[in-house]
Amino acid sequence: MQMPEPDKAMLARRAEIVAALRDIVPGEGVIDAPEEMKAYESDGLTAYRTLPMIVVLPSTTAQVAAVLRYCHENKVKVVPRGAGTSLSGGALPLADGVLLGLGKFNRVLEIDYENRCAVVQPGVTNLGITNAVQDRGFYYAPDPSSQIACTIGGNVAENSGGVHCLKYGLTTNNVLGVEMVLIDGTILHIGGKHLDAEGYDLLGIIIGSEGLLGVVTEVTVRILQKPAVARAVLLGFPTSESAGNCVGAIIGAGIIPGGMEMMDRPAIHAAEDFVHAGYPRDVEALLIVELDGPAVEVDHLIERVAAIAADNGAVYNRVSQNEAERLNFWAGRKAAFPAVGRISPDYFCMDGTIPRRRLPEVLTRMTELSQQYGLGVANVFHAGDGNLHPLILYDANKPGELRKAEDFGADILRLCVEVGGVLTGEHGVGVEKRDLMPAMFTEIDLAQQQRLKCAFDPDGLLNPGKVFPQLHRCAELGRMHIHRGQVPFPDLPRF
Amino acid sequence: MSDTMRPETLDQLRDAVAWAVAEETPLEIVARGTKRTLGRTMQTDHTLDTSAFSGISLYEADELVMSAGPGTTLAEIESALAEQNQQLAFEPGDWGPLLGQPAGMGSIAGTFACNIAGPRRLKAGAARDHILGFKGVSGRGESYKSGSRVVKNVTGYDLPKLFCSAYGTLTVASELTFKVLPAPEKTYTVLVLGLDDEAAARAMALAMTSPHEVSAAAHLPSGIAAGSGVSYVREAGAGVTAIRVEGPGPSVEHRCRALRALLAGFGQVEELHTHNSLRFWRELADVVPFAARPDLQIWRISVAPLSGPAVAAALPDAAYYFDWAGGLVWLGLPPAPDAHADAVRAAVAATGGGHATLIRASADVRAAVPVFQPQHAALAALSRRVKEAFDPRGVLNPGRLYPGA
Ligand SMILES: Cc1cc2nc3c(=O)[nH]c(=O)nc-3n(C[C@H](O)[C@H](O)[C@@H](O)COP(=O)(O)OP(=O)(O)OC[C@H]3O[C@@H](n4cnc5c(N)ncnc54)[C@H](O)[C@@H]3O)c2cc1C
Ligand SMILES: Cc1cc2nc3c(=O)[nH]c(=O)nc-3n(C[C@H](O)[C@H](O)[C@H](O)COP(=O)(O)OP(=O)(O)OC[C@H]3O[C@@H](n4cnc5c(N)ncnc54)[C@H](O)[C@@H]3O)c2cc1C
Repeated sequence: MQMPEPDKAMLARRAEIVAALRDIVPGEGVIDAPEEMKAYESDGLTAYRTLPMIVVLPSTTAQVAAVLRYCHENKVKVVPRGAGTSLSGGALPLADGVLLGLGKFNRVLEIDYENRCAVVQPGVTNLGITNAVQDRGFYYAPDPSSQIACTIGGNVAENSGGVHCLKYGLTTNNVLGVEMVLIDGTILHIGGKHLDAEGYDLLGIIIGSEGLLGVVTEVTVRILQKPAVARAVLLGFPTSESAGNCVGAIIGAGIIPGGMEMMDRPAIHAAEDFVHAGYPRDVEALLIVELDGPAVEVDHLIERVAAIAADNGAVYNRVSQNEAERLNFWAGRKAAFPAVGRISPDYFCMDGTIPRRRLPEVLTRMTELSQQYGLGVANVFHAGDGNLHPLILYDANKPGELRKAEDFGADILRLCVEVGGVLTGEHGVGVEKRDLMPAMFTEIDLAQQQRLKCAFDPDGLLNPGKVFPQLHRCAELGRMHIHRGQVPFPDLPRF
Repeated sequence: MSDTMRPETLDQLRDAVAWAVAEETPLEIVARGTKRTLGRTMQTDHTLDTSAFSGISLYEADELVMSAGPGTTLAEIESALAEQNQQLAFEPGDWGPLLGQPAGMGSIAGTFACNIAGPRRLKAGAARDHILGFKGVSGRGESYKSGSRVVKNVTGYDLPKLFCSAYGTLTVASELTFKVLPAPEKTYTVLVLGLDDEAAARAMALAMTSPHEVSAAAHLPSGIAAGSGVSYVREAGAGVTAIRVEGPGPSVEHRCRALRALLAGFGQVEELHTHNSLRFWRELADVVPFAARPDLQIWRISVAPLSGPAVAAALPDAAYYFDWAGGLVWLGLPPAPDAHADAVRAAVAATGGGHATLIRASADVRAAVPVFQPQHAALAALSRRVKEAFDPRGVLNPGRLYPGA
């Protein structure tokens, strides 16, 4: 993966920039010692590391605005960072750029139970929001597996999901408003406690914009009352095909479970070895289906799900009998990544989405690719919405293996696009999938997205080198090739 | 005089826009045209009619996805979904009669472009939360696409969301892809009778903060309730606060009982069963109370749920009702040249945030009054830059949202 060449002239100005930033953020808020900056050199995509030019940790919106204004005036690149758990390299620093950490924005500002929302700073962790509201029975619905660590600012930037997003939606469906600072220091307020911001749905594009449009300094989220009861059922199948059919049949019967996850044999074994969740080892595919709501509803639906599973050839069926058992069912799934980390020196977590019914075919082709590359793969799958997480096992210390793993991953993602799916379901494009974007989009599609970027950041200073395979100047993107008189007068039905 | 072009292929659609760009002549974009009067009054010499792009091109019920041409009527889509016991969960209404048009003609493109959403908005989201992708032509005269057919997708910016709210000012769609969901087996509604607006807002907040998965909450003051086609509501002789639960039969009956008990302290409690419930909430989605009052100018106001009553109280001449647990105020006022815009927006501002849209007024009023909530300077400037990014020559519905957008 190629990042833009560091700008030598910019590096030569480092001392001057450090001094200017210290004027804005006094004390320990500006870090320039390499050993202290090391903590920021990579994110969850650990194969890539770069020391930033400078780290700055502001603690107020006014400081963020002043830092960005300074960077804008001086053409300094900026990479925003939350907790650094991005799996796509979204928070990977630039050697000639400022890393803007939002860790000091860690306060819950307001909880408004009656209007069912909370106003929080972007550095609050995802789980931190739920913790702040749970004594009144509320929670924040999107629950990425990284929820202990990842921040709501990072969630907004990545439009993160979780195992419950089939029923409760992604970040974008659960955020009501943001305060955001543009690269020129302009502070914007979009949305609030009401629904549907006026004018263009800017909130809709800011969420999932991977830190390329602005720095989010405040977030208003919806909070929900916890369902009265949740129960999970473990279903084992002799083939992934029968498991996939079962998922389709459940949804076809009009049931939208709170969560519906699938694991393949290697993932089941890794998780079982790690957390002893009680998963059956002799099945090819395991489904965890969770139903939530009032007890009468959950009991009713669990029975229907069990019947559908039996019709689809389930050979294993176990319903959680209490809360501890339900959490245990999930413990295996939620620890799937670290579990795989134990059986392989390194792994890559892929994140494509496919139309669900193409699953058997995709798994078969993935097995073929696995043999071709000589690398193992374990699959966890948000089965309800077709979001696939193949974990590619490799050893970075073996020469050439990282490259092989990346090529294998790229082939998997191309396959996802080929069957009608997409490159990334929830982890973002970042640097990781940047060069694959042309597999999904034409040049015109990508140019149009970049023109939107120009409306926010005309000099391309925010998080450059991420998402888009080629950097174009905004002036160039804005040019129109109009051939007055030469455009064929449309030969159209007119009346 | 407006001259109409009706392309039948994507190439023709692209040529039509490219021609307009070259001629620098603005286009009015229509699908079925039922929402032409929604938005600021525009000056366009040409109409680009996309109704030839009509029909459902993909429907996979167990994948919860559908694609359709922009001119497909909502009625056609809803009947195809009903055959599979599915629905559009954001419950878009038919605003035709509200806007002086026939019923059953509204298009899917208009539904998404104007981000229409009915009572279930507060649980299931708006049109914006259900769109997955589109194909179309930008105001540069280039055909492009964004999004996909799968629910989980963060590949690139979420331009489909921007499409929903653009009122046709950024892109002319040739195909839309969206999420569909199972329809509930049963629908019950708990009615609390005789509450004033403040008490109703508290009752709705209590219901919404209960674990009973309420899927809609509305309050109709007595005058509005008296016009309902549902006898239990019409004959209440008082304000009616309505709380909806949906799902499998046993669950709905259980939650209905629980909500009745929870709300019993507020006033007399009744219930609507499925048949009556469907009729009642359809009336609200279609804004029937104001479709039936063509004499009034109509505002649609979004505020924090508990702030709804204060907005209504600040406008003593208004007829009004609340949806979205108080957060959506539908409001009708006697006609005035300024549509009482300053008073309406002052009432919204006094609550601390929200927005008001003038949904129905004559063309000259919509030319003179800001139809959409005026934005702060920085946000307005950003909106203009976004418009320029898609439509630099201003050929797609120019000025429909704001001057310059
Ligand atoms: C005594 C009586 C009371 C009724 N009360 C209401 C009411 O409060 N609200 C309302 O909207 N409609 C009421 N109805 C009308 C009746 O529920 C509908 O007309 C019927 O068609 C239900 O169909 P559905 O699909 O709408 O309801 P569904 O959602 O299918 O519900 C059917 C439910 O309606 C109730 N129901 C139906 N018939 C009777 C009955 N003879 N006695 C008691 N309960 C009955 C039962 O609880 C039953 O579970 C009542 C009818 C009767 C005879
Ligand atoms: C073990 C593990 C499990 C995971 N499970 C899931 C999962 O289930 N679902 C899922 O969706 N993701 C998952 N992730 C990915 C990751 O946790 C999410 O993408 C998360 O939202 C990143 O948050 P962060 O605070 O760590 O952001 P960072 O990694 O610091 O940054 C991510 C991106 O956000 C930008 N950014 C951060 N803060 C701001 C801000 N305030 N303003 C503007 N831009 C900002 C950065 O520039 C970067 O582009 C997982 C990661 C790990 C390591």
